[in-house]
Amino acid sequence: MLDLLQLTPPGWGGALLRGALLTLQIALLSYAIGLALGLLGAAAKLSGSPVLAGAGEVYTTLVRAVPELLLIILLFYGGSTMLEMALIALGFPGAVQVSGFAAAIAVLGVVQGAYQTEVIRGAIEAIPVGQIEAARAFGMSPSLRLRRIVIPALLPIALPGFANLWLILLKDTALISIVGISELLYVGKQAAGATRHYFFFYCVVGAIYLAMTLVSNGAFRLIERRVRRGIPAA
Amino acid sequence: MDFDWLPRYWPLLVEGFWRTLWLVALSGVFGFLLAIPVALAQVAGGRILAGLSRAFTTTIRGTPLLVQLYLVYYGLGSLMADIPAIRYGPLWPYLRDGFWYATFAFTISVAAYQGEIIRGGLLAVPRGEIEAARAFGMRRSRILRRIWLPRALQVSLPALSGEAILLLKSTPLAATVTVIDLFGAANVVRSETFLTYEPLLFVAAVYVLCAFVIAVAFRLIERRVPSRRGL
Repeated sequence: MLDLLQLTPPGWGGALLRGALLTLQIALLSYAIGLALGLLGAAAKLSGSPVLAGAGEVYTTLVRAVPELLLIILLFYGGSTMLEMALIALGFPGAVQVSGFAAAIAVLGVVQGAYQTEVIRGAIEAIPVGQIEAARAFGMSPSLRLRRIVIPALLPIALPGFANLWLILLKDTALISIVGISELLYVGKQAAGATRHYFFFYCVVGAIYLAMTLVSNGAFRLIERRVRRGIPAA
Repeated sequence: MDFDWLPRYWPLLVEGFWRTLWLVALSGVFGFLLAIPVALAQVAGGRILAGLSRAFTTTIRGTPLLVQLYLVYYGLGSLMADIPAIRYGPLWPYLRDGFWYATFAFTISVAAYQGEIIRGGLLAVPRGEIEAARAFGMRRSRILRRIWLPRALQVSLPALSGEAILLLKSTPLAATVTVIDLFGAANVVRSETFLTYEPLLFVAAVYVLCAFVIAVAFRLIERRVPSRRGL
């Protein structure tokens, strides 16, 4: 059975590892997009402007209430058509092919961003106002304030949320296999179908996801120790 | 936007809607019933049971639900089809149906996620309450039934409401193993009418509505549960 996992064909080990690598790439890139969208969303919700706050509210409520699988399929097919139409409207020749890889990352990033918005908003609201006022009284510019006060104060509060969302995202990448991106689960499905060892290959795929989760857990524990330095244990 | 297909496919969509509700209800109830022993094993089960329970929750929560579903449906399904006694047995019509595999996979998943929440709830019950029950001469089983578990569930209710919505949102995965649930029905409409978005947008709205109903229902339950806040 184990020679099914040899690195070179007819073994599937190499293909599975490449799939796992693609899964990690998709997860990392959409995590970055999600963080950026989350910062924007939190800024919009806390901006005080009713229009921006309303837009942020609609974004987080809708994205968090619709099943991920549905959103992914909707945005995956709908998103690339919309982009194509936008490009045609801007005068570019039509029929741009949006690569499935890019679309997958964008879709997961949009979903992730809605959850990140809530985590970041909650963390910013938990920072004592006095700290920000003190920074302002020192004459710090907004960007310096963000860099030196807000982000260091926000990280220990938001980190458990960030870790949680990373783990959810890592598992959500498996949904991308539905639209035919050859990430880990997709490769596993191919391997299972080709060899007819369904049980074996889905166990292997599960074990790889589990390993990635456990390593992430360890990494986040280290990061948490680093950001929480100087904060007395609760 | 073209919604002319709606009347024609209405019966199919309603049927899919009911199947989604059954998936949520069955795996929600059975998962919850399993989650209690999973949580108890970790809090009061001794070393071996606690270790087993922790391994179970870590594995389930560390792997994608879709992989678990494939493992159950294709993996277990193909193993069972190899056994003639099952393949030609009376239960095969059920064992061929993706619905039961999906229910099973979701139940296991709910047991792991809710087990973690209930574990937290069990740990959050103040020691004094359990000591008071013991001082009244209650046996362990009665303490669990009358004091510990009700208080733990009360603490866990808000988180359980969130889990119920997550369960609803994960049921569309069942469509990938041939179950015609609400999302599966939308896919049938899509392939027969060649409409890409409208069916998806329609069922998305239904899911949002259902999530809203679940949230409101849990809020009503929470209000009914007597609680004394503060000191």
